[in-house]
Amino acid sequence: MADGIKDKVAIIGMGCTKFGELWDKSAEDLIVDAFKECLEDAGIDKKDLQAAWFGVHFEEQSVGKGATSLALTLKLPFIPVTRTENFCATGTEAFRGACYAVASGAYDIVLALGVEKLKDTGYGGLPGGPSLMGTRNALIMPKLTAPGAFAMMATRYFAVYGLNPEEGKRMLAKVSVKSHYNGARNPKAHLRREVTEEQVINAPIIAWPLGLFDCCGVSDGAAAAIVTRADMARKFRPDPVYVKALQIALSSGEELMYTKWDGAHVETAYRAGVLAYKEAGIKNPRQEISMAEVHDCFSITEAVTMEDLQFSPRGKVKEDIEAGRFNLDGEQPIQPDGGLKCFGHPIGASGLRMLYEMYKQLQGKAQLPERQIKDPKLGLTHNMGGFPAMNVVSVAIVGL
Amino acid sequence: MVGIKSYGAYIPRYRMNHNTIFGAVGFLGTFPTPGEKAVANHDEDTITMAVAAAIDCINGLKREAIDCLYLATTSQPYLLRQNSAIVAAALDLEPNIRTADFIASNKAGTTALLSAFDAVNSGTSSNVLVCASDSRLSKPGGSQEYLYGDGAGALWVADDQVIATFEGFYSVSYDFPDRWKIGTEKFEHAWEDRFIRDEGYTKMIPEAISGLLKKYDLKIKDFAKIAFPGIYAREHAAIIKRLGAEPGQIQDTLIDKVGDTGAASPVIMLVAALEDAKPGDKILVASFGNGSDALFVQVTENIKNLGERRGVKKYLASKKELTSYEKYLAFRNLTTMDIGLRGEVGIRTPMSALYRERKTILALCGSRCKKCGTPQYPPQRVCVNPDCGAVDEMEDYRFSDRRGVVFTYTGDNLAASIDPPSIYGLVDFDGGGRYWFDFTDCDLDSIKVGMPVEMTFRRRYADEPTGVYGYSWKATPIRA
Repeated sequence: MADGIKDKVAIIGMGCTKFGELWDKSAEDLIVDAFKECLEDAGIDKKDLQAAWFGVHFEEQSVGKGATSLALTLKLPFIPVTRTENFCATGTEAFRGACYAVASGAYDIVLALGVEKLKDTGYGGLPGGPSLMGTRNALIMPKLTAPGAFAMMATRYFAVYGLNPEEGKRMLAKVSVKSHYNGARNPKAHLRREVTEEQVINAPIIAWPLGLFDCCGVSDGAAAAIVTRADMARKFRPDPVYVKALQIALSSGEELMYTKWDGAHVETAYRAGVLAYKEAGIKNPRQEISMAEVHDCFSITEAVTMEDLQFSPRGKVKEDIEAGRFNLDGEQPIQPDGGLKCFGHPIGASGLRMLYEMYKQLQGKAQLPERQIKDPKLGLTHNMGGFPAMNVVSVAIVGL
Repeated sequence: MVGIKSYGAYIPRYRMNHNTIFGAVGFLGTFPTPGEKAVANHDEDTITMAVAAAIDCINGLKREAIDCLYLATTSQPYLLRQNSAIVAAALDLEPNIRTADFIASNKAGTTALLSAFDAVNSGTSSNVLVCASDSRLSKPGGSQEYLYGDGAGALWVADDQVIATFEGFYSVSYDFPDRWKIGTEKFEHAWEDRFIRDEGYTKMIPEAISGLLKKYDLKIKDFAKIAFPGIYAREHAAIIKRLGAEPGQIQDTLIDKVGDTGAASPVIMLVAALEDAKPGDKILVASFGNGSDALFVQVTENIKNLGERRGVKKYLASKKELTSYEKYLAFRNLTTMDIGLRGEVGIRTPMSALYRERKTILALCGSRCKKCGTPQYPPQRVCVNPDCGAVDEMEDYRFSDRRGVVFTYTGDNLAASIDPPSIYGLVDFDGGGRYWFDFTDCDLDSIKVGMPVEMTFRRRYADEPTGVYGYSWKATPIRA
């Protein structure tokens, strides 16, 4: 019987670039920037690294295929480097690979680095058309974009729980207002301006019912982690952060092709959450998870994820949102760094960026006192790739 | 007896008033006639309209019986790649059928129909589906722009249970150079209108009709309806008068409601005549294009048994006015629109994959699990039902003729589109199965979760650099 990954691996260093429309930075620049901070934070030398996992999604936009770009850019000395790609959950996949490598006993010190350079396409939104279905894409896939795919979940959520568009949009507006508040206080965030509910509600529609402020930033950036065996971690620093759970779930096709899914939740998120809580020994996630960075690519995704991760009862997230539960000063802060919404979403980096925030918060090192969550015990990251009807979700739980 | 077993029609949803054209390009000095024309949506063309008319025609009948399909048109999307074969593929017809395109003349519709009668008469085919469809491009501001409309008709020719028997024909063929086009020219050329009218229209149609009357020793009064294209309203009336027909015998030419639908026009008129016909009626149809085919049918008692069709009548009544001439130009690719850099990302159609998955893509065939009965699209080898999971226990299952309901939807302004927002959503099919589809012929405000939809065959994209039109199915609110 497998006994999971709990307390076998620790993070001893992390780095994260500023996210944004970084016209003057290449993917290689971002790799170097994130790596420098990470290595310095771990207090080790490059030659101490025994292996690396590298995450990038739209490789054609930036570094090309394979993992050589990481090795070449950082001049890694002929160590094994593996590239991971799993849609927007790519960053967490790189981290997972690194953690499993350490947990298996194959290596002691491993790097995970994720990067994405999105702003070389010449247009807004993610590059190109949908690429979920390979050659079938051009042939039988509707003209889906990410906002459209998630807008369909909002439409569905409103219908299932009887919200009229005004009520639904107001609920979602509060999600975005909170994230903008947090992002405005984070020097590394992409979007650093507070917004009001009215601004969010009245913004131009991107994909009905989602407006501009319901959508996350499309950003360039990179983030990195160095992990080691838990029993070695304190040799490197007094406050390593331990991995409590690492789970991932992928759609089986039931959501898109079978008719039982209600369209108002993400099944994989629920499943990955259940497995992660089991692995970490968590009985009551609403009480025990101190804070979380979830994959708020769109406001509706965050709202639904609160229910999928059992932070809020099904259909009741509106009450928790209205009560301010997820605000920076609330009972269970969500997206303390601004989230995908405002910190930004360079695909391959996002999962590691979420961990970066949890890591810093757990260590009490959020850059500004007003950002620091008081005495957090467990942080959760939720990283989702694909569309609600067809996707991958990973859940990581970390703690001191 | 050889004859027509069933009929169907299709008229696109959009109609544009002639005054809309005049208001936009009237400065060019053409004079509008009163009326409106049917305008194909941006995702429609000759092939898609032919499929729609065919679906109306085969409604309630066993399509497996069809062993021959003809497509008549002057606006075939493909010059090389048989257009009728695409129609047959969309209809999920068996491969062991004969397909042929009848092109390059406005009489192609009647010629295809006559050829179908011949094929059944001779015994080489038993059930021929004749589709006639046209969506012709015309230069902005020209007189043809007021005249031409888009539409399609379909007739099932067989020798059993016919609703109208084929009684006879008389054809004349002239190399009459009224309109012409070579190679890959976008627009057709036309000689002076008065020449076409006086030397062609008013001579060739009467010649064919008179020839038919003489050949079969009939009088014009013998016909319940007389149908021929109405591209010159005054001369149309004059011909009728000269033939000695009464106003009650005149079949509406639809010229001020749909426009001149080219090769489809006489077929659509015949369909409309059949819709109102009673047993015993003789219907005379004549085409006009490089001569004329005149033919007539006699309606049988079986017409009472033919199930209801949308036909010309229902499609005519189901319409939405296209008030923007500029949008019409965009739909027909007659102006270069900026749909953003995102829209310039190329599609390379994998032709071998398209062929391998032709039933999935063109016929909307999925699979149904023989163990648990779950329909699924696209076809799966491993059953999607989590309680089943059977492997390789599938049978073909066609979704194109099934209705469904909107499970969810959105109107997407980010997706590149000539007519934003792109509306799409997930459809739950009656009887099981769910998939996501583009929606068409609808407005965002009118879509609701749970509303019924049907499937319609459409052009998904035009990949001009590689010369490919991509087709598949979209969802649309129940049209009529």
